[in-house]
Amino acid sequence: MLTIHDIVEKLGLDVKAQGDLQKDVAGCYISDLLSDVMANSKDHDLWVTLQTHPNVVAVAVIKGISGVIITNNRTPEAETVKKAEMEKVTILTSPHSTFDIAGRLYQLLMSGSDK
Amino acid sequence: MASNRRTIEGCFQLMGGAFAGAGAASSELKTVLMSLGVPQGIVRRASIAAFEAEMNVIIHAVAGTLHYEVTPAKIHIDVTDMGPGIEDIDLAMQEGYSTAPDWVREMGWGAGMGLPNIKRNADAFKLDSVVGEGTTLEINIFLTEENYADNT
Amino acid sequence: MELSGVVELVCGRIVVKEKDESFDITAVCTTDMMSDVLHFAKKGELLVTSLNQSQVIMTAEIADIPVVMVVLGKKIEKEMTAMAEKKHITLLSTELPMFTVCGMLYAKGLKSCVNGK
Repeated sequence: MLTIHDIVEKLGLDVKAQGDLQKDVAGCYISDLLSDVMANSKDHDLWVTLQTHPNVVAVAVIKGISGVIITNNRTPEAETVKKAEMEKVTILTSPHSTFDIAGRLYQLLMSGSDK
Repeated sequence: MASNRRTIEGCFQLMGGAFAGAGAASSELKTVLMSLGVPQGIVRRASIAAFEAEMNVIIHAVAGTLHYEVTPAKIHIDVTDMGPGIEDIDLAMQEGYSTAPDWVREMGWGAGMGLPNIKRNADAFKLDSVVGEGTTLEINIFLTEENYADNT
Repeated sequence: MELSGVVELVCGRIVVKEKDESFDITAVCTTDMMSDVLHFAKKGELLVTSLNQSQVIMTAEIADIPVVMVVLGKKIEKEMTAMAEKKHITLLSTELPMFTVCGMLYAKGLKSCVNGK
C-alpha cells in the first residue's frame, strides 16, 4: 500500500503541515463540502479539496483521513496550518486542478503498491 | 444601424437567503447581451460578474437591488444592499477569504472567490461599504463599436 | 469523448437530455464550489459535482458549461430537473464517487478545463 510520503513524491506536492507521512493511503475522497466528507469518506482516505479553512482539520481528524491535498494553487489559512500541526494532520498543496490530481491518484492507487 | 442603438436596462430585487431565485438577474442580462450580438467572451464576463454580485447579496445581506444598463459604450451593473457591510475591503478582495457561514459553504458558495471574480471580469470596479448599513458595488465592462453589433 | 460514452463509462443515466449522444466532451471541471466554476471554467463541456441543487444548473448556464453530472447517487430533486430543462443543460447522474469518475475520465484522455485555459 502507498503511504502519504510516496504520494507526496510521486505527485510533487508541497507539505504545508506535517503529520505522520508514513500513514497508509487506502483510498481517496474528493469533495469541497464538509458534510459530504463527514458522511461518505472512509478511514485512511486521502481527501482532495479546495477548501482552506480550519474546519477541514476537524473533519480530517474525526474521519481518520490520512492526509489532505488542497488543489488549484490555494494556500491553507494560517489558522488551518496551526491546527493541523497541533492535530498532526498532513496538509499538502498542489498547483494542479482537482481533476488532474484525481486522475493521477487514481492511476497510482489502482496500480497498487509499486514501492 | 446606429439610429437603432438604445439603452436597455433592467432592475431586480434580491432577498437575503433566497437561493432559489439566485441568478435570475444575471440570466436575463446574459440573454439581453446575446440578443445584442455582444461577443461571447464579454457576455460571459458580464454574466459571471453579475451572478457573483447577486450571490453576495443573497448570502450576506437582508435585501438589495441589482440594476443593469447596456449602452453602445458599456455594460453597467450596480448592486446596492442593506447588509452587514464589509469591515476590511482589502481582506475581502483576497482570494479564499470569506465570512460566509458554514451552511452557505455546504451549498457550494462562500469559498472567498466572489469579489475577486467580479474584479477580474470587470474593466472598472468600485466597492463602497459602510459597516452596519450596506454595500454598493459598481461594475463596468466597456464595449466598442465592433462588439456592440445591435442587429435589432 | 462522446456524451453517450461518458454516461456508459460511469454507469450513469441521463436525467435531462439537451444534447445529442454524440456531443463531444473534451474538458472537465470538478468542484463543489460554484465560484470556482465561474473562476476557472474557460472551455469545459462537463461539470462533475456532488451538489444536487438548482444553483448548480444556474452556474453552468452562466459559465457556458452544457453538461452537469451529479455523483454518488445524490438524489436529484424536481427543482433541479426543472431548472435544467429550462436552461437547456444536460443533467447526468451516477452512483460512482467523484474520485472514480475523475479517474476514469482522466484515463480516457479528458482534460481539466482549469489547465485548458
